[in-house]
Amino acid sequence: MAGSNKINITPPRWLLAELSYKCPLQCPYCSNPLDYAKYPDELSTDDWKRVLSQARKMGAVQLGFSGGEPLTRQDLSELVRHARELGYYSNLITSGYGLTEDRIIELKQAGLDHIQISIQASTQELNDHLAGTETYQRKQDVAHLIKKHGYPMVLCVVIHRENIHQMPQILEMAENLGADYLELANTQYYGWAHLNRDALLPTREQFIEAEKIAQAFKEKVAGKMKIYYVVPDFHEDRPKACMNGWGTTFLTIAPDGTALPCHSARELPGLDCPNVKDFSIEEIWNESKTFNFFRGTEWMQEPCRSCDEKLKDFGGCRCQAFLFNGDMYSTDPVCSKSPERHRIDAAIASARESALSGDAKPLVFRNSKNSKQF
Amino acid sequence: MTINPDQLIQFSPLHRLQWEEAQQKYVILYPEGMVELNQSSAEILKLCDGSRLLSQIVSELEEKFATSGLTNDITNFLNVAAQNGWIQQN
Repeated sequence: MAGSNKINITPPRWLLAELSYKCPLQCPYCSNPLDYAKYPDELSTDDWKRVLSQARKMGAVQLGFSGGEPLTRQDLSELVRHARELGYYSNLITSGYGLTEDRIIELKQAGLDHIQISIQASTQELNDHLAGTETYQRKQDVAHLIKKHGYPMVLCVVIHRENIHQMPQILEMAENLGADYLELANTQYYGWAHLNRDALLPTREQFIEAEKIAQAFKEKVAGKMKIYYVVPDFHEDRPKACMNGWGTTFLTIAPDGTALPCHSARELPGLDCPNVKDFSIEEIWNESKTFNFFRGTEWMQEPCRSCDEKLKDFGGCRCQAFLFNGDMYSTDPVCSKSPERHRIDAAIASARESALSGDAKPLVFRNSKNSKQF
Repeated sequence: MTINPDQLIQFSPLHRLQWEEAQQKYVILYPEGMVELNQSSAEILKLCDGSRLLSQIVSELEEKFATSGLTNDITNFLNVAAQNGWIQQN
């Protein structure tokens, strides 16, 4: 085992409750595991309530209801009510599809604090193509209803090569919809996005242009709308401080009750991720092999081990190290100090070639039929 | 954005001010984020309930902590709070 027990264990602050892998959308950059169809089980209402109570007692305060599409759970309002009674700040992270005005009111009464709605693009044609479902108009209507009922609203747009050219229109759409926050989430290449990377990764020139436009707009809307810009780490020379450090802050519970230090950790070999049906959150967080695996710095290899930035970025992302280097202990290949940085540069070059030649492989959409092939 | 001394100050309906037992401190909660507050910041924000002017907040806190000369510190903090969207004036 990599990490040793009891290294400065801080309590969880962020609980991501992935209520269901079911989703009416088929976004080809979904962060759910490729083989999600293997895990059709969902926790019961009582299981979720127990998880919420236990994590809150340890100090978790931000709670994300996510998925898949969390609205597919009929007990969502009951879970929101329970969360509110415990003192969580509840975030609903949704496609908006299937969100009626009645349900918006019901969730508000149950104590939901905030709704984050995703929109795939600024035009109906592209939105519906990316979502694999006709959702654009419904999402626009839902955004108006969210504001009408007094919620803070985050509009989340995942950015990639198919929509990055729409940056000016995306910004304008967010302003018109009255978003309080716009999350411009440059695609992170895990799960389905990793599979579709050649077709999704923008060129460096596209990133630079899009970021310039977003920065200028940020100043224009200062005081009205905040913009969160999720950095495209492939084009950086230092890795992200993934999850604020393994097992320090974030706790994800997958639909079947598997507890994960990040939502991609299921892809890592040999972690034996524990299930909330077998252990309490306290046991999982403090005692489990999984959550102690990459705590501290003992597990690190060179160049991380002797690096003076190791407590700043914690060696970057373990999933990215595994996906690119086949070694989850190695330095995140995004880092310019990594001997494997050439793998990231090759991925950028490959996507660029695919962009310039115009013959990218067709996108593989996230749905059960495709998932069953993994 | 600066505080208008003639208008009531209220806490933003899009944020939540809450005591966190696990952290033994007040925090501001908002979409996917949290700010931890020190004691004096929390004392000021607790009085931003839409029923007080700047001068009333100052005098109440000066009385509570048996001190004087807090006007500048409180005004500066509330300006920052307004810029962050934690409080508002209508």
